[in-house]
Amino acid sequence: MQPNDLDRIARQIRLRDLQAVFEAGAGHIGGEMSAIDILTALYFRVLDVSPEAPRRPDRDRFVLSKGHVALALYVTLARRGFIPEEEIATFLKPHSRLNGHPNCNKVPGVETNTGPLGHGLPVAVGMAKAAKLTGATYRVYVLTGDGEMQEGSNWEAIASAAQFGLDNLTLVIDHNRFQQGASLKDTNNLAPFPAKLEAFGWDVTEINGNAMDEIVPALEKRGRRPHCIVAHTNKGHGISFMQDKVDWHHKVPNAEQYEIAVAELSEAL
Amino acid sequence: MNAVTPSAKLHDCRDAFVAVLERLGADNPKVVAVCNDSVGSSKLGGFKARWPERLVNVGIAEQNLVGVGAGLANGGLLPFVCAAACFLTGRSLEQIKADIAYSNANVKLVGISSGMAYGELGPTHHSIEDFAWTRVLPNLPVIAPCDSIETAAAVEWAARYDGPVFLRLSRVGVPDLLPAGHTFALGKANLLRDGDAVTLIANGTLTHRMVKAAAILAEKGIEARVLNMATVRPIDVEAVVAAARETGAILTAEEHSTFGGLGSAIAEVVVAEAPVPMKILGVPGIFAPTGSAEFLLDEFGMSPAAIAEAAIALIARKSSRT
Repeated sequence: MQPNDLDRIARQIRLRDLQAVFEAGAGHIGGEMSAIDILTALYFRVLDVSPEAPRRPDRDRFVLSKGHVALALYVTLARRGFIPEEEIATFLKPHSRLNGHPNCNKVPGVETNTGPLGHGLPVAVGMAKAAKLTGATYRVYVLTGDGEMQEGSNWEAIASAAQFGLDNLTLVIDHNRFQQGASLKDTNNLAPFPAKLEAFGWDVTEINGNAMDEIVPALEKRGRRPHCIVAHTNKGHGISFMQDKVDWHHKVPNAEQYEIAVAELSEAL
Repeated sequence: MNAVTPSAKLHDCRDAFVAVLERLGADNPKVVAVCNDSVGSSKLGGFKARWPERLVNVGIAEQNLVGVGAGLANGGLLPFVCAAACFLTGRSLEQIKADIAYSNANVKLVGISSGMAYGELGPTHHSIEDFAWTRVLPNLPVIAPCDSIETAAAVEWAARYDGPVFLRLSRVGVPDLLPAGHTFALGKANLLRDGDAVTLIANGTLTHRMVKAAAILAEKGIEARVLNMATVRPIDVEAVVAAARETGAILTAEEHSTFGGLGSAIAEVVVAEAPVPMKILGVPGIFAPTGSAEFLLDEFGMSPAAIAEAAIALIARKSSRT
């Protein structure tokens, strides 16, 4: 699938995500919009996964470490055929399997339960190490938030990934520059990330994480060391009034804002 | 029934653990050991010598330790994640909750040197909170074997069981109590001595002390039932209710805080199903003073003689109710 097709799918996923947030009255829309291009590239171009056999042993693994953007993952999984598209309407409803953070025992395609930050990368290191031990050829991708990199567990995992020589592991940092309460810069500024990862023995690629023609080659890059993609993204990407506004971490649009956002996202479809 | 007789020889249960682990490793290439620089304290040197590539040492990084264990299981391996119980459960509790229990990852968590095994190293290294922390987690059986025979059986069982397990082992020498060839059954207590005056329930390093306390009581003409209850979750409701109904009083002892451990788990059953007088022995809600594990167990009223005295006092409460 080519960048233009992927862009179209990403727009559709954004629109469905926006509708679901509006209908559920909850979600983490800012970080969902920043990450959707990366999720789209993964599920519609890069990952070797099978909706009809979600636990196939040699499947590629994707771990959504920033589990609070579960809705974006659910919409992507639905669009890819892992769950029925109409099920998105149950998001956050009583007894829905689509709760606020993904559950691997309920939702096909989810590999491990995330929600508390700093959990996905250590698990992904274990998955990649397992492939090395068994000779499996699958690859492991993990998506973290940039604020999430403040969790010390990530740096334990980064060090061990280099030690284990995990050239089958790709970490994507969704660098949208905002965390829940403020900008990364005004909180605990780990940026710039590249030199830190390089110092730990990783290869690093910096990209515009909302540009398909940069995302795809970065995800498909192969090297001899673990690979970190620092994806410069915009929180709320695709919806003008949300973009780069910390308020939209988990704010829900009102009816008027919703109409504007739908119009903006529909324009390019 | 004949009461069990503790063996004269004492065993470090870590030896039984690694003997079985190496046997499992020889049979199944998917068995891997994961540790946090704890090759020596977890006695994994033999495993490492045989299969160096299957000994995954993440270094001193316990959050990563447990997360990596979950990932290895996702990749189709059978990981035994080994670390000092205090660090494994204390440092990594959220990983145990989210990555292991909630994700239902097929990971065997092995807490080594639990309780007060590290003695004089002090409360930072004591693991007397781990029953309380782990037994509230769904999906996670919590098991503290009483001797080397039960340790071996529990490790064999854990390898066959499809799901997460927390095995709580000690390094303090204990006599063998269970018969050779014993097989482990999750959530099933073992009757070590029968009696009707009181029931003594323990696990881990306290079971043999209960057996010795029961012998002291027998010399005084008091017949105590002794149950070894390795499984803290799921608790053996049937055995607890029978003990309450048939003996009228329950005394528990554990190398753990009196808050939230085996005694608490039993009390939850007793108050709901068959209220009878109880006494819970353990570390009484304090950070322990300096001393060896054996010294501290005695200090906290868990020598066989002190247990016997506590049982007599408990039996008196039973008769004063009628």
